[in-house]
Amino acid sequence: MTEVRLFSTCLAEEFFPAVPEAVVRILEGLRLSVRPIRRAFCCGQAAFNEGLREQAIDLARRFVESCEPGTPIVIPSGSCASMVRVFYADLLRDEPALAERAAALRPWIYEFSQFLVGVLKVKYLGARYERAVAYHPSCHLLRELRVTNEPLDLLSAVSGIRLVALPRAEECCGFGGSFSVKFPHISAAILEDKCMQIEQSGADTVTAADCGCLMQIGGGLHRRKSRVETLHLAEILARR
Amino acid sequence: MRSQKPAQRFIVASQAAVADSSLRGKIENATGRHLEQLALTRAAFAPFEAERDAARQIKHDAISRLDELLFELRTRLEKNGCKVFFAATAAQARQYVAGVARAAGVKRVVKGKSMTAEEVGLNAALEGVGAQVFETDLGEFIVQLRGEHPSHILTPAIHLSRQDVGALFHEKLGVPQSDDPQVLTAAARDHLRNVFLSADMGITGVNFAVAETGTLVVVENEGNGRLAHTMPPIYVALMGIEKVIPKLGDLSHFLEVLARTATGQKLTAYTSFISGPRRQDEADGPQEMHVVILDNGRGAMLADPVLREALYCIRCGACLNVCPVYRQIGGHAYASAYPGPIGAVVSPAIFGPPAAHLPFASTLCGACREVCPVRIDIPRLLLHLRWNATQAPEAREWPRPWRRVTRGIARFSRLARHPRLARLTGRILRTLCRPFARNGYLRRMPPPFSGWTRFRDFPTPGGRPHQPGSGPK
Repeated sequence: MTEVRLFSTCLAEEFFPAVPEAVVRILEGLRLSVRPIRRAFCCGQAAFNEGLREQAIDLARRFVESCEPGTPIVIPSGSCASMVRVFYADLLRDEPALAERAAALRPWIYEFSQFLVGVLKVKYLGARYERAVAYHPSCHLLRELRVTNEPLDLLSAVSGIRLVALPRAEECCGFGGSFSVKFPHISAAILEDKCMQIEQSGADTVTAADCGCLMQIGGGLHRRKSRVETLHLAEILARR
Repeated sequence: MRSQKPAQRFIVASQAAVADSSLRGKIENATGRHLEQLALTRAAFAPFEAERDAARQIKHDAISRLDELLFELRTRLEKNGCKVFFAATAAQARQYVAGVARAAGVKRVVKGKSMTAEEVGLNAALEGVGAQVFETDLGEFIVQLRGEHPSHILTPAIHLSRQDVGALFHEKLGVPQSDDPQVLTAAARDHLRNVFLSADMGITGVNFAVAETGTLVVVENEGNGRLAHTMPPIYVALMGIEKVIPKLGDLSHFLEVLARTATGQKLTAYTSFISGPRRQDEADGPQEMHVVILDNGRGAMLADPVLREALYCIRCGACLNVCPVYRQIGGHAYASAYPGPIGAVVSPAIFGPPAAHLPFASTLCGACREVCPVRIDIPRLLLHLRWNATQAPEAREWPRPWRRVTRGIARFSRLARHPRLARLTGRILRTLCRPFARNGYLRRMPPPFSGWTRFRDFPTPGGRPHQPGSGPK
């Protein structure tokens, strides 16, 4: 059986444990053996974005030493996958040995939907979800990894689903990591627009492939007492 | 209020801005219209992407041999009869221009749009030597009447509606109240025409300066810039060192992308090529022309191999319009002549420590890079500046909630180096939080998350409880 590594990400492990569980179920359903990466916990993005370079390098070291090139590494988060695939190159500029390891890993790093559609070439997973779903393309997935259609391809293959168009979908949800707590009023103003678009779309579920956005959008919708539910893409794809 | 530190002022000003739903509506309206127009114009021009690449490549080359090009530019400009002054700082630029005005006994100055003049604070310096300064770009004219600064680098009065402008003109110019843009524009034009006729000095910014010919290129839509550099006897052009491009042939690539991105036009209404003062055989044009070439922190950007890319900017203003942060708070909260994403990149170099916090006011969504006509990787530059800022001494004086967040992330990152310990801590947190959870969410959190729960609920560690029928089987 072919092996894949799963990097659950700290945010999902702590706040959305159902997400890595769903990813494991889906990948195992495709006859892959999933070996979670346990020797790393966080990719270092939070520290990196906060300007804490040394702390970020420490975590990047942890990550690159916890896996080997040659086995695909699946990450159910657009921004964590971007961190490893794109931003490690900048972060590790002055750490040649680490940078080399990171560069060797780079082609093996995949965001979840990217892996399913781009590598495994599957779209239909036997999922059933009979609700109206809006997809929010998270910024890093869209603009750093250029993953645009993959999540929508996967969603369209779900039985019973009704995909609704989200107006101005490509606008940021306002999360931005530490931005959301350092500038909470701006973050919330951006979120307000996003929540209004979601509510107006007629969706009863909003989904994304990034736990950061889901934390923000879910928290916003819940505070507004909205009936729209927030689910990670993998959670929908694991429904039967 | 004045004693507040710049970072605190940013918080207060941006809080006021997001609380002002009418301001948010106006900006939303204007930027939304712009983006629609931009998409249409770009889609109708097949070579657009290739032109962006060409423009970027030219900037890349020009910035990498800036010294040489500036020398060539100065030589050509002087040969064309201009006086050239290199200003290392804003103060030097102010002193030079004020000196020219004083020496000539200038009473009235007409200004075309110039963000560089805004950057150096030129108006106050000119007023200091007894000259009256008239902004003649419609947007700048409006904000000057209001005693404000521009809130956008391209559309200075983007924070105002036509009703606002109607009321302002009624009050200040004594014209009948109207919200018809044509009527209002005509009123401004009437008012400014006499000013142009009696001005002794004209000042404009510069969009491009061609080194091989010593030609300054000014693009605009209102014709006020052209009047400012042709009518008064003295003309002063003010430009940053990064405006120089090597050849006249390079210009077309910039003109193809600038108007399309800035205003969604194919070409701006006026594209002026200025090569020097009036020649002996010419009937009009200024008798005296000065070109002030400004460094003011740009040299430091040039010396930084990452930040250098910021000097490619052609000031189209599109990154402001797509920025989710700018769209919520507008330009004034940035307290810089250059707000928005590119402003957050260049302001720390130009204005120093008072602007060092601006790179943090971004979600790093990347929409700015997507729209940038010369593809500046703004998120990367913001990240680079964040590293620098965290090391700098003023970071220690930032608002307490920010320092708490930074400390929290540092602590978390140290903990995360030990995955087992981190997971154990996570389990403890879940147990601690569970009693406070309602439907999988927490309504209030202690610092540094208190800002989060002021506006949103926070997911409970450990995740949502599985609800019958909704959780995955």
